[in-house]
Amino acid sequence: GEQASCKTSCTVQ
Amino acid sequence: MIHKYKLNGYNICLDVHSGAVHVLDDITYDVLEFCSENMTEDPPEEMYAALSDKYDRNDLTEAYEALYELYDMGQLFSPDDYEQFADLMTKAPIKSMCINISHDCNLRCEYCFAAKGDFGQGRCLMSLNTAKKAIDFIIANSGTRHNLEVDFFGGEPLMNFDVVKQTVEYARSIEKQHNKNFRFTITTNGLLLDDEKIDFINREMHNCVLSLDGRKEVNDKLRVTPNGKGCYDIIVPKYQKLVSRRGDKDYYIRGTFTTFSKDFTADVLHMKELGFEQLSIEPVVSDPKLDYSIKENDLPMVFNEYERLAKTLIDMRKRGEYFNFFHFMIDLDQGPCAIKRLRGCGCGNEYVAVTPQGDIYPCHQFVGEEQWKMGNLNDGTFDQDMKLRFARANVYSKENCKNCWAKFYCSGGCNANNYQYEGNILKSHKVGCELEKKRLECAIMIKAALADFQDEPKSACDGEDCFTECR
Repeated sequence: GEQASCKTSCTVQ
Repeated sequence: MIHKYKLNGYNICLDVHSGAVHVLDDITYDVLEFCSENMTEDPPEEMYAALSDKYDRNDLTEAYEALYELYDMGQLFSPDDYEQFADLMTKAPIKSMCINISHDCNLRCEYCFAAKGDFGQGRCLMSLNTAKKAIDFIIANSGTRHNLEVDFFGGEPLMNFDVVKQTVEYARSIEKQHNKNFRFTITTNGLLLDDEKIDFINREMHNCVLSLDGRKEVNDKLRVTPNGKGCYDIIVPKYQKLVSRRGDKDYYIRGTFTTFSKDFTADVLHMKELGFEQLSIEPVVSDPKLDYSIKENDLPMVFNEYERLAKTLIDMRKRGEYFNFFHFMIDLDQGPCAIKRLRGCGCGNEYVAVTPQGDIYPCHQFVGEEQWKMGNLNDGTFDQDMKLRFARANVYSKENCKNCWAKFYCSGGCNANNYQYEGNILKSHKVGCELEKKRLECAIMIKAALADFQDEPKSACDGEDCFTECR
């Protein structure tokens, strides 16, 4: 669980 | 489950549940059509019947054996063992926060999902007292997490710059005593940047997102001041100064494309010409009834544009010219763990947004939607049931996602988009899904093309007539 970079087009880092 | 496709001359196969990516020659790609999750060591007769007029029988047998070897190693049609891990998400602490430090903006961008800055809640700025409560909230709710992320957002955060500075100072003053490490980010339209703010951002911000839509005529069509003037000429020199002083710290020049600018490769290349290398241009999120929205009938043209951009990126890399496109970033070896891929962005569970009034929402895109308010910093309320609801919103609780080949890359997509477009956080938004899948196909193809371009040692091959040398 240690980063949650888009703000609109989430892609999972 | 596998996903196979042809793109830019490559035959690509993704084994979804192992993550293995294979590039196949033509005969093996055709043979793959006759393979399934119950492969046997002996090739199926229907394969020979269907392909013997195109390929030699011995070659077909050899190609099948190569695929069976992958199957035997768990890298083809590997089983789905992940649903058992979905419940691990329910206990995740909050470790990431969007602070809407300003519900005001000095631009009036036509497509702004924040209702041109105030999220429909009236123009206001966050007080230092509320910002400190936000920092206290994330520390108190972050459990044993060491790395905490806070994004200054809005509206335009630099309209409340003093509170941004004081909030960072406050967090830094207490992070060590709580064994925390704050990583701050900021999203700005650039209008208010000056030397002091640039130096502060470059010193304190782990990442910064600088809004620019690309070419001057594209940017100034929709990113306008309250009196209707474009902002390109004001912000570009400021961004160039900021980036030139930033060293190797992260930043993104971040644009939005609409139905009016589906030729966005030109905007990416324009950003590169301006001297920027970390680039992102993303589809507008808006009511589909609005004239600038991306609609289903736009998809073929957008798909072609993503392919054009991917090929351009490859050609430039081969010439030694570099830029990075956010949505083509993919690490096939050391990407996020499977648990992270199940959790997705963490919206409403690991990640929340707070407003100047102290209201808490699942994320910045839910702000202003009253039924999704989770609590308030001032009265100490927080809806744990809603947190659990978001924790359970994962790829295995979304009907359209659990059997989708892209599920470990988009992680179930954006809950806010699902709600906005489909009225249900668990119902995926079709246009968004199709765009994501196309970007993934391009990103994997880029990896294949760049691997092809690199010189490889002979020892990697097992025969004189090998696949690597033949291409």
